[in-house]
Parts: sequence; structure tokens; C-alpha cells
Amino acid sequence: MNDTAPVSPLEEFRQRLVSVLRALHLDSGIARGELSLRAPPGGIVEALTLLRDDPSCRFNVLVDICGADWPEREERFDVVYHLLSLKHNRRLRVKIHVGENVPVPSVVSVFPCANWHERETFDMFGVPFAGHPDLRRILSDYGFEGHPLRKDFPLTGFSEVRYDEAQKRVVYEPVSLPQDFRGFDYLSPWEGLTGIQLPGDGKAAIPIAAKTGGRG
Amino acid sequence: MGVIQPVDSTREALPAALGQTVRKKGFLLTKLDDLLNWARTGSLWPMTFGLACCGIEMMQVYMARYDMDRFGMMPRPSPRQSDVMIVAGTLTNKMAPALRRLYDQMPEPRWVISMGSCANGGGYYHYSYSVVRGCDRIVPVDIFIPGCPPTAEALLYGLFQLHRKIRQGDRVIHRP
Repeated sequence: MNDTAPVSPLEEFRQRLVSVLRALHLDSGIARGELSLRAPPGGIVEALTLLRDDPSCRFNVLVDICGADWPEREERFDVVYHLLSLKHNRRLRVKIHVGENVPVPSVVSVFPCANWHERETFDMFGVPFAGHPDLRRILSDYGFEGHPLRKDFPLTGFSEVRYDEAQKRVVYEPVSLPQDFRGFDYLSPWEGLTGIQLPGDGKAAIPIAAKTGGRG
Repeated sequence: MGVIQPVDSTREALPAALGQTVRKKGFLLTKLDDLLNWARTGSLWPMTFGLACCGIEMMQVYMARYDMDRFGMMPRPSPRQSDVMIVAGTLTNKMAPALRRLYDQMPEPRWVISMGSCANGGGYYHYSYSVVRGCDRIVPVDIFIPGCPPTAEALLYGLFQLHRKIRQGDRVIHRP
């Protein structure tokens, strides 16, 4: 970076964070004006504790914990922690990469609200959290099998429900879809159909083409 | 004559005709079916079953602008006090047994209105792993209201259609 160029406040803040967390050897980066850290899975409790307690950070709100699935990657899951510092008016994203069936240390001891967020991440992605007080499913159906937000989970799932008049109860059955899935390409005349002449285009074609250099 | 035909009477004309007949003759003659069905349309208590965004439109109908109270409709918090269940919103697999249980707890005669695309056939979530593809898989539905969500007017119109269905129906003795 040029010495004379002013450092942005966010970049300054990033450098301060890196110095606070230097013992953990974190990757950090700024993308689209948002600050991200990547922590090692084993160090997440320590990292979040530091981020919460250090006077220059004070990230005392854990907004959300969520996951992301990258099936082609060796460690296929991201677990993403979203933090908010009310004191410094800053938001921060902390990511860890974990493989399938690798337990992640629970951060319930640092942020009690992580309890349900971790349950949700477990429910949707099947990431186990070690040391969680009550790791059950939270959103999906009782007795549900599979983890719906994994990329290899089929959209329509495996079972559907119906009321059975003979048994007088709601029964589960394998999915049968009489109508196939319909794929929509979402091409609107304003985005996708550049080569096609629609009724009325003749009136507007010349001025728009002149304005946009022939793209309209 | 003393015989009135509630089926053909409009809502406003009926009380006037009743009053006139009673004043003149001192008694009324009508069919029990018609009397009961007329009474039922006059106090159709819906169970509050707002599941999703359709529930917001359902609340609009309860509130002052559309005011379902005008038609004797008061939302009930209990299935045991209600006549009609308005399934307003996305019915998920997890909710389905609860919906059926609440329907089973409603006293006869009972009606079901399916409000909105999701309740009608899954709608936007038709292919989802967690959504019931139409609440008629769980409970028998009398009126389907299309829309995503239907406007408050559409729900009100659906309720009037249900009134019509009740008036025309022969469900005094209901056989499930």
C-alpha cells in the first residue's frame, strides 16, 4: 500500500483485530466492505471470548450462527458466526472450516444465545457441537432424517404426510409427485432476451442502442 | 300465510319479514333446516389458525375496516367453540398432526376454509421437503380461496361463499 494513501477505518479496525488475536494466527479479509476472519475450529471459543472481552473489540452480541456446504471441498462445511459490537458500531463475520462429523467446540459458554443457533446449524447441516448442553433438532419435523440444507439433500425430501381415514391419524409416506419439478429460467424480457425482437421494440430500439452502445 | 323462505331472503330483508310476520300472526312457520342454517350463517365463529403471511390478511378481516363482527364472526381461541377453521398459511409436515387434532376437536357442524396458495396446494413450497402439498390432504376443505396472499376482500368473499354453501346445504344432521 502506498504510504500516502489514507487507510480506511475498516482496514484500521482489521489491523487492530489481528493484533488482538495475533496468538491465534487468523486469516482476515475485507470483501464488499465487510470484515471476515477465519479461525481454526479448535480456537473458536478463545477467539470469540477475546472478541467479546477485549476493550477494542467488545463484540457482545452474537447475531447468528449459520452454516454453508461446499461439497467439493475437503472440509466441506463452513460454520459462520456473525458478531455485532454495539460500542464500536462494527459487525464481524468469523468463519471456521470443518469436515463432516467433526465436532466443533460449542460457544454456549461464551454466548448463551448460541444454544439455539447451534441447534439450528446442527439440524440443517449436521455439524455436531461438542459440549453443547442440549443438542437436538430445533426446526425440522419430529423424527426427521437427514440435514436439509446440505447440497446432497433432495429438494422434495423423502417423506410426505397424509391423513389416513382408516387409521384416523396423519401418516408418513414416501414422496410421490404426480407433476414433475418445473424449472423456470427467470429470463425476463429486460434481462435475457437481448437478441429477440418483441412487439413495440422497434420504437425504442434506436435511441436505447445509441445510448448503451448497442447492448439494449 | 305465515310461511317465510329464509333461503331466498337477503340479510336485511329477513329480520324485517320476521318481525312483520310475528307482529301480524304471532307465530312463524319455517323449515327447521332453513332456520338452523340461517342461524349458523349468522354466527360463524372462526378458529384463529394463522400459520404464515395469510394470517396477516386474516387479521385485516377481523379488524375495523372489514369488520367480520358485522356478520357475527368472532375469532375464537379454542377449537371447541368454533365452527369454521380458516387455514391461513403454509401447512408444514410438523404442523399437520396438530392441525388435524384441532379439527377433530371442533364440534359438528364444522367447516374449513383453505386460504391462499400454500394451503390450497403447497403453492410456492409445493416441492419442498417440509410442506404439505395442500391442507386437503389433512382435513376436508369446503372453500378454497386463491391468492398469495388473498386480499382481505377475497377472504370476505370466500366467507360469503361459505354462507351460501351452508344455506344451500342439508347438513342439519351431519354425517361425517
